Amino acid sequence: MSGKPKLHYFNGRGRMEPIRWLLAAAGVEFEESYLEKKDDLTKLRKDGSLLFQQVPMVEIDGMKMVQTRAIANYIATKYNLYGKDLKERALIDMYVEGIFDLNELFIYYDIQPADKKEQHFANMMDKATNRYFPAFEKVLKDHGQDFLVGNQLSRADVHLLDTILTAEEFKPDILAKFPLLQSFKARISNIPTIKKYLQPGSQRKPPIRPEDIPKLRAIFH
Amino acid sequence: MSGKPKLYYFNGRGKMESIRWLLAAAGVEFEEEFLETREQYEKLLQDGSLLFQQVPMVEIDGMRMVQTRAILSYIAAKYNLYGKDLKERALIDMYVGGTDDLMGFILMFPFLSAEDKEKQRAFIVQKATSRYFPAYEKVLKDRDFLVGNSFSWADVHLLEAILMVEEKKSDVLSGFPQLQAFKARISSIPTIKKFLEPGSQRKPVPDDKYVETVRRVLRMYYDVKAN
Repeated sequence: MSGKPKLHYFNGRGRMEPIRWLLAAAGVEFEESYLEKKDDLTKLRKDGSLLFQQVPMVEIDGMKMVQTRAIANYIATKYNLYGKDLKERALIDMYVEGIFDLNELFIYYDIQPADKKEQHFANMMDKATNRYFPAFEKVLKDHGQDFLVGNQLSRADVHLLDTILTAEEFKPDILAKFPLLQSFKARISNIPTIKKYLQPGSQRKPPIRPEDIPKLRAIFH
Repeated sequence: MSGKPKLYYFNGRGKMESIRWLLAAAGVEFEEEFLETREQYEKLLQDGSLLFQQVPMVEIDGMRMVQTRAILSYIAAKYNLYGKDLKERALIDMYVGGTDDLMGFILMFPFLSAEDKEKQRAFIVQKATSRYFPAYEKVLKDRDFLVGNSFSWADVHLLEAILMVEEKKSDVLSGFPQLQAFKARISSIPTIKKFLEPGSQRKPVPDDKYVETVRRVLRMYYDVKAN
């Protein structure tokens, strides 16, 4: 037993990636156990390890935590990435929930049937550029500070960077109209723990490839 | 200005209902402004009141909060319904995540076609009885509340979910004696009992009028699909 958190998921981003980002940003080493086939999921379910029979599951501090938000909330609080008081938490939660909504659209793009992909793509790009990115550009403009909340790094900054980078994978010039988000991206990417996570060889996962999808369906269906 | 929280939403359950439940459970009086016209919604947009152009929105403590979970977390923490320490918070968050997923299957129900409604009803009951209720039944063995020794957000949220599933199948708790006892126990907590009585701000099961209002105000005319 290493004492390090242990992540149970498939070898890909999905719903576990925000948790990997948070742990990495906090400088916390973690282990991973990958689901490769249906039996791996079945075994975890039979063990009683999965409260609602679902992954993500993270073994941390003697708990087998499930539910992405619950896990992320716990890590953010434990490692001081959740603001200094209730009002800062409220702002962080609002921003993070918006980011997670946008991220849902990105997660679901890869599994859209071929005839729905184009419409889904258009919708997610529209939401990114007309709803979410303008909101965060304004937050940064209004207070003129380096971080989204409370003048210090929080999970809101980490999750926003993650989503910006994912959006750029879909459309490289997506930040063209958002100068403050561009400098935010550069600044947060330069934080040593995050810079390390962005380098090759880290536990950051690549985008899903179409050839991975059948294996995922076999595990989860 | 009354100082009371003010809720901006349609006159119906939707995503705001969990917030009404939690405020009521905490004994907090609140006001409501119901969206009935497109113009009201556009005014909120132009005001800059809606961070992501969406409702629910709640004016509370000088903030215009959006995002249901953010609002619920704030209320729970403020009114001591979020456990006594980090580990209790973690458990509450896990349990609330489950009931949120379960209620999410019911959220879209009024917007479905008649045929899809039947499919979705079966899906909701199947998930409730094979995934969610067994988990909470197990937690509640020898306990009065889901987390710690006192009433928390997790208990309110679970009661709300149980009642919603029972509206889809009235005997759905029949394999779950702990949940039946839990339902009776939590329903009799004075603030909750009051919320369950006629005349409270609890909203009824959504009907076609509610669906028409939402579609018209949000210009949400696409087809909603079952799970």
